[in-house]
Amino acid sequence: MAIAAETTRTSALGEQNLAKRRFGDRAFKWLTLLMALSVFVLIVLTGYQLAHGSQLALHKFGWRFLTSSDWDPVNEQFGALPFIFGTLVSSFLALLIAVPLSVATAVFLTELAPQWVRQPLTIFIELLAAVPSVILGLWGIFVMVPWLREHLFPALKSTLGFLPLFQGPIYGVSMLAGGIIIAIMIVPIITSVSREILRSVPGLQREAAYALGATRWEVTRIAVLSYAKKGLFGAVILGLGRALGETMAVTMVIGNRPEIAKSLFAPGYTLASVVANEFTEATTDIYLHSLFEIGLVLLGVTVLVNGLAQLLLKTFGGPGVKPQQ
Amino acid sequence: MQVLTFTCALLVVAPLVLVFYHLVYSGIGAVSWDFFTKLPKPVGETGGGMANAIVGTFILLSIAALIGVPIGVLGGVYLSEYGSSKLNWWIRFWADVLNGVPSIIWGMVVYALVVLPMKGFSAWAGGIVLGMMMIPLIMRTTEEVLQLVPNGYREAALALGIAQWRTIVQIVVRTALKGIVTGVLLALARVAGETAPLLFTAFGNRFWNHNLSDPIAALPLQIFSYAISPYEDWHRQAWAGALVLLLLITAINVSVRVLTRDRFHK
Repeated sequence: MAIAAETTRTSALGEQNLAKRRFGDRAFKWLTLLMALSVFVLIVLTGYQLAHGSQLALHKFGWRFLTSSDWDPVNEQFGALPFIFGTLVSSFLALLIAVPLSVATAVFLTELAPQWVRQPLTIFIELLAAVPSVILGLWGIFVMVPWLREHLFPALKSTLGFLPLFQGPIYGVSMLAGGIIIAIMIVPIITSVSREILRSVPGLQREAAYALGATRWEVTRIAVLSYAKKGLFGAVILGLGRALGETMAVTMVIGNRPEIAKSLFAPGYTLASVVANEFTEATTDIYLHSLFEIGLVLLGVTVLVNGLAQLLLKTFGGPGVKPQQ
Repeated sequence: MQVLTFTCALLVVAPLVLVFYHLVYSGIGAVSWDFFTKLPKPVGETGGGMANAIVGTFILLSIAALIGVPIGVLGGVYLSEYGSSKLNWWIRFWADVLNGVPSIIWGMVVYALVVLPMKGFSAWAGGIVLGMMMIPLIMRTTEEVLQLVPNGYREAALALGIAQWRTIVQIVVRTALKGIVTGVLLALARVAGETAPLLFTAFGNRFWNHNLSDPIAALPLQIFSYAISPYEDWHRQAWAGALVLLLLITAINVSVRVLTRDRFHK
């Protein structure tokens, strides 16, 4: 009797425990799921808020907003073309400078450098990635721009001055200065992602090329770089995504003038910097809504570019390719 | 070719060396006791410090951590421990895309969500925007370190009859705790230097702020407004502020790297 009672008691206890555990398991799973889904909430919220905030401008200007180069808060005429132009040109310049440097550095780090150099150099580049934009901008204003004005730009003008790109007055703050500062900001990202990509190229690939009698350069070119093409392209696109949205450093050196100029020495303006500069000054509703629409354009472009980069990197795969922060 | 790539590597490293050099050269003179303890002086008077901005940055980071850490860590737990691979793929994908969204856009969103309804710039808004930026960062790093925990640990705990959620909390998360903390610290270091999203959320303040519903100063904001000002003394202080901020961020980065040389990191 006593034993039977004991067993029923324990089994009841067990069931109770089981129910409790099931509840705990389920509750915890739902809690974590909810938190994970916050990612979707954030992206939807962002899109919605920007679209909602730009209603007036969307309504009033329509597609003309993207093709008009009027930016006249006084007469309430707004067009984003000078900013789109500035963002594209400065990002393009940045890629032009950053891509060869970053890929070469990644090759140096994975294929050529002596072992003892690799680790410290990698850490150093990661530290460069951690320098805040505003600090680089400060350095840009007081060190880089004066140097460009005194040395690099006059030299460019006297050697390449026959091109319209390098004509006109030199102010220092300019589209080219913006491009250079963005290049400095995206080099660490492209370098470290490219490095991960190159590291994930199988060693067999290299050995096979060596066995065929290829030189070191040929091994790198044929066996490594062409194998990793897709991944490297992903790294570059990721860098482009950062370049398009770079804000503070660019704002401080690009000159902030909404004009479409032929010369790279002329000041420019980007989507991100016009928001940074004018958002708190926007006095009328239509002005504020136009800035929100600029944000919407920027969001659309960066989501597309980053999505493409992630697809490229994820399909290139390899366990060595870590997500980039 | 070795020479060529080496030259490129040098060119990549050069800006960091130059930035460090100029920060120390121009900033060290203005880093003084006053800098850490005094409020900014009115325009035209020299001296004063950035005490309020330094405290402000820490307040903003605390609010951000309150939002970003629980959501990010629990989300990371879901990605690592539960979920269908398809849903997880999409969550990862969007988290990575969110990491690439320009920070200024977050600022606009929080302006619409928090600043407009509260009818003013505030420390809350600044903290919320930084916290939102931390969520995808922490989620991804947490997932990564949790996946480094050997499966045997989970199986052993479950075989002992421990509930799954307690296995996760008490065995898996605890084993990977160091890595999770690392991820959180790196995320904090990343948002500590953010300026763009604070421009129209925290807004900045030249005085002490004891009310989180009022605008608050932050180190990056102060550096920005001093850098673009026309005053020589403010430029000096901008350099000093930048030096302090960069030292703070570098200190976190370096100490994290030293701390994590354990078995879960190659």
